[in-house]
Parts: sequence; C-alpha cells; structure tokens
Amino acid sequence: MTVMEQRDAYRPTPPPAWQPRTDPAPLLPDAEPFRVLGTDAAAKADARLLHQLYAEVVRGRRYNAQATALTKQGRLAVYPSSTGQEACEVAAALVLEERDWLFPSYRDTLAAVARGLDPVQALTLLRGDWHTGYDPREHRVAPLCTPLATQLPHAVGLAHAARLKGDDVVALAMVGDGGTSEGDFHEALNFAAVWQAPVVFLVQNNGFAISVPLDKQTAAPSLAHKAVGYGMPGRLVDGNDAAAVHEVLADAVRHAREGGGPTLVEAITYRMEAHTNADDATRYRVDAEVDAWRDHDPVLLLERELTERGLLDEEGIRAVRDDAEKMAADLRERMNQDPVLDPMDLFRDVYAEQTTQLREQAAQLRAELDAEADGADR
Amino acid sequence: MTTVAAKPATMAQAFGRALRDAMAADPSVHVLGEDVGTLGGVFRVTDGLAKEFGDARCTDTPLAEAGILGTAVGMAMYGLRPVVEMQFDAFAYPGFEQLISHVAKMRNRTRGAMPMPLTVRVPYGGGIGGVEHHSDSSEAYYMATPGLHVVTPATVADAYGLMRAAIASDDPVVVLEPKRLYWSKDTWNPEHPTDVEPIGRAVVRRPGSSATLITYGPSVPVCMEAAEAARAEGWDLEVIDLRSLVPFDDETVGASVRRTGRAVVVHESGGFGGPGGEIAARVTERCFHHLEAPVLRVAGFDIPYPPPMLERHHLPGVDRILDAVARLQWEAGS
Repeated sequence: MTVMEQRDAYRPTPPPAWQPRTDPAPLLPDAEPFRVLGTDAAAKADARLLHQLYAEVVRGRRYNAQATALTKQGRLAVYPSSTGQEACEVAAALVLEERDWLFPSYRDTLAAVARGLDPVQALTLLRGDWHTGYDPREHRVAPLCTPLATQLPHAVGLAHAARLKGDDVVALAMVGDGGTSEGDFHEALNFAAVWQAPVVFLVQNNGFAISVPLDKQTAAPSLAHKAVGYGMPGRLVDGNDAAAVHEVLADAVRHAREGGGPTLVEAITYRMEAHTNADDATRYRVDAEVDAWRDHDPVLLLERELTERGLLDEEGIRAVRDDAEKMAADLRERMNQDPVLDPMDLFRDVYAEQTTQLREQAAQLRAELDAEADGADR
Repeated sequence: MTTVAAKPATMAQAFGRALRDAMAADPSVHVLGEDVGTLGGVFRVTDGLAKEFGDARCTDTPLAEAGILGTAVGMAMYGLRPVVEMQFDAFAYPGFEQLISHVAKMRNRTRGAMPMPLTVRVPYGGGIGGVEHHSDSSEAYYMATPGLHVVTPATVADAYGLMRAAIASDDPVVVLEPKRLYWSKDTWNPEHPTDVEPIGRAVVRRPGSSATLITYGPSVPVCMEAAEAARAEGWDLEVIDLRSLVPFDDETVGASVRRTGRAVVVHESGGFGGPGGEIAARVTERCFHHLEAPVLRVAGFDIPYPPPMLERHHLPGVDRILDAVARLQWEAGS
C-alpha cells in the first residue's frame, strides 16, 4: 500500500518523541515592569537599604557628571555615561556578596565603582593608559567589556566552574538592549540554562543602541520574554526604581545561589546623555522624550520616597551631596595627574614567558628609547 | 615501577592519551566541546574520558563555538584549565571573536593578573575527502593573533608531547591536529616522560646538505617522501618539522639554511598571506648572505578548499616539491 492509497486513513498525529519540556507560564515576565517606589510595596522596603541606595545613586550621578567633564578636559579619551541608569548600576553592585562576580560592559564603570573599585582604576581603560587598571580577582569584577555581549559566556563559564568546585558563587552579567541581538547573548543564555549555571543576566534597556531604537533592534514582546525560549525565568523591572531593581536582582541571585539556575532581568531605563561624547543624540531623538524621563529620574524617585516617609530631610540630602562632592573632587584631582607609563611594558604580559621574537622587538624599542633619551640630553 | 614497552599507536590515540594523562594529573583540567563525551569525539580523540572522569570534566556542550570558547574563558578565570574542541577547522570561525578579543588578550588586558591557561584543539587540513568546510588550513589566522601559541605535531610522539605541553602552559595554545595524520601509526612509548615537548622548538626530521625543506603538520610526511625521492636526482634534502608556528624557532631554521644555502617552505594552506610568506621573509632577513637562491614556497592554491575529488591537485605533493627543489638551482639573471 502506498501513501496515496492511505489518504482516507490519515489523521494528524504529534511527532512521536515530542512533549513540552517546561510549562512556559512561570517563565513569562509580568505584563508591567515591577515597581516599588511610590507604590504600597515601598512601605515594606528596608529603610536602611533605601538610604544606602539613595546615597549610592547620588554618588553615581556625581561620578557620571565628573567623568563626562573629564572627557571635555581631555583627561578621558571617552566616557559612555550611565546618567539616568544609576539605579541599575548601583543595584547590580549592591546585590552581590563579596564572593560573587560582576561582569560589566563598557558602560558599567559605575557598577564596578559601586562594588568598591578605586574610581581612578576603573577609568584607566577610558583614559587610555592600560586596558584594565585593576586586578579582576581583587574585587571580583571582570574587565569592562568593549565587544558587545562577549562577557556573558564568561559569566556563565565562571559560575559553572564555581559550582563544579562546590562554591556558592553567583555571576551577574550586564548588557545593553543592543547587545541582546548579538550571537554571544544567545549562546550564553542557552549554555546557562542547559547547565543551570548560577548566573543573572541584567539587560539595561536604555532605549537606544547608539542611535538605533528598540523597535529596530527586536520584534520580541519584551527583551525579558526572550528568557522563555531558553527555559529560564524572565523578569521585567522599572530600571529607574532602585528599590525595585534591587529586589528583582536579589530574588534572581538567591534563586541562582540555591541551585535554581539563571534568570534574565530586563530593566526599562533611559540613557539621558548621548552614547558617548563622540555621539550627537539630537540626530535621533527629541527633547520631549528626554524631558519625560526627567520626571522619572532615579535620584528623584528615591528622594521623593524617602522624604515623604520622613526618612530624609534637607540636612540628610546635603550630607549625601557633600559626600558625593568629595568623591568627585578626589577623582578630579587624581585624574588631573599625568599617568607615568613605561613603554617597555608593551612587551610584558603578552605571554607568560616572552618569545624570542618579542625579546628582539623589546631590544629594538629599548634602543629607540635610549637614542631618544640621548637626543634629549644633547 | 612498571615499565611499559613501546608499541604502535595512532596519532589520535596519542592525543587522547595526552588528554587522559593531563586530566589524571591535574583535577583542574576540563575537556569540553560538541560530541566529546558520550560519542568520544567525531575522531574518537576524547574516547573514554567522560567514562573515566565523569561528564562534569568531559562535557558535551550545546553546539556553539563562541559559547564553548566563551564559557571556557570564564572557567579559566575561575582557575580551571579548559581544553576545548572545535571539531573541524572551519567550524571554529564563529568562535573567533572570543578567541581573538578575549582568549588571546586577557593576560595583556589585565596586565598579567588573569592568564588564560586554555587549550584549543582544532582538527585541521585536507586530504581526508571531506566535503566543504571540513578541510581548511586555518593556521595563518591563529598565527596573526598575538597572545596565542600555535603548535601542530606531525608524529605520534609529538602529538602526545605537544598536547601535554599545551595543557600545562599558562597561556592559550591552539593545537592544530592534522586530520590526515590521525590514523598514522608509530612505535611510541606512552610512559616515557621525555615525551613532553617544550613549545617553540623545531626539529630536524632528516638531515641533508643540499637544501632545506621547512614544513609542519600534514606536509611533514610528504616532504620526507620528497626527500627520499630527491636522492635519485642527487639532492640531499634536510627536512625541518617546525612543530610550533608561534613561537617560531628561528634558530633551528636559520642554522639549517645557513648550512644548505637553499630553502623551500611547504604547506597546504594557501600561499598568499599564508605562513610561508612569513617564514620565507624571516629566513631571507636572517640568512641573506648564505642564500644561493630565493626562498621558494610550495603551498596550496589561493582558492577556497576544493571539492574532495579535486583536492589532490590542490595539496602540495612530492612532484610539486621536487619541481621547486629543481628551481633552487637558481642563477642570477635567469
């Protein structure tokens, strides 16, 4: 009998081995971004945590302003500002234990500083002296990553390795909305879910990848929805609400530490400045849009909450601002000193042991430097 | 102490034995890649590792080269020594950004704080009748990336020795495994400790006085055969097996060429922008006054890897090498 002769008996049947692996419902993000500040949930928030978040967000705002000023003075080659995104930066740093690891992108200097890195060391990449000005193991902060999303698989590998060694370490990896289009984003999330690695992915959706808006970046209902396809929970959070970001990340970190696997968190925020000082944001967005976000500013949201609850007064605000001003003054002063670089360092740390070829080239540079010095003496 | 007698083994077995011994000696050594576990690798190099060490140390990953290399970076950051398999030369390309931007640069970016003791295994080269994307000679890409070591053994003993050295290295090492030699056999004593070969040293496979053939990996046996055939023409050819492309052993190569005065570089990879151009330039810069003729290259053609039914015309064979050797009787003005 042929298939043609069988036609009457045909009825659709499912493929033999198919069955859904996971009920997608619990993985789906909420319809609305999760919020705490200005809602009933805020009353349950820990006052000390709110105050700490406020102090850090204000410091972060001042840090962004100072670093931006340093680009105008030629002290920094470039600074991708996170003004407007401080709540995400600060919450990402504060939610981690000392043993955990942070994997920042190039825009996340502030998260690294909030985690305890020396502000000057955190800026060496952007100043142009050395690529990574700190020992990543000291604060458990991976190098600020310039290629998009390539740090995400590192976070997965590190978290996986830690678990293999029996350490309850969590890795938190940060990426922008544009970075979610990269192949490494996909591969990292897939590996993390398959391995159930203790990783939290934080997408800061700040509206634009340089000039390209989100609707030209993705057709997904939200970036958090992408989690379902990998088999991990997706969470949507108001990225300007520091308390909400902290709570959602804390949940995700706890879930990961307890062996529950990875979570994808999308924080809805906005980049108030241009992509970097080399960018002209007026070419791709209008002032009215930026102004609308000013009313939803992360500093403002916290200040309002704390003031209304009587946890913050004029004097408290001044104290926090003075502290931020001190940090900025110190940063300004130290960044205004010219770094002393040794050109011979070019050949250090390419390999554990220099190759013959590099030794020859080092000797060549040494001779050139000696000749320059002789010329200067004459 | 028991002694194990030397016995015939294939290169694939020697690679596998090196992985096994490295894993037994150091619990931080982890093998990962597509099909390396249950199947034992498509070339069976990792056969038995998952059984002996468990799938946490010999891990079947999702099919994703950037993911394999990228997670290995994170594992190395946490103190492990990952050995990753790229399955086939041309399959490694999706992983190049991880390899070039992170694996090769991490030590330098972090000023020595974060070394990358990572081994990348790449079965490479043609001659096995593979369809397209299964026979590329990708060594020039790796050689052009500072921060990587690149080795490629041609003998069973070197397969073991270089793999052990690669895994022990605190720097990333790309081990190019010549597919066409996987099943080549040799008498080899797997217990012999001197088998571990330091990275960066070439070896004279066959001494000779009239010209030097400089080669590596899959072209070594071809050059040995050419050297035998050349005897009939009255040529006594020296054959150098580079073993390590980065670092490059200028000393061994230079000493040979200064003695013979003539050199041909032989490899499967295309000639334009290929390893031979670099090698010929290095030899010329160092041995110019000893050279009786220009340094010649016998390479694959500058074409995408051809279909298997035509690959024998592309791969440098004995005749093409002998033709080049004949051209070394070069006279000024000719």
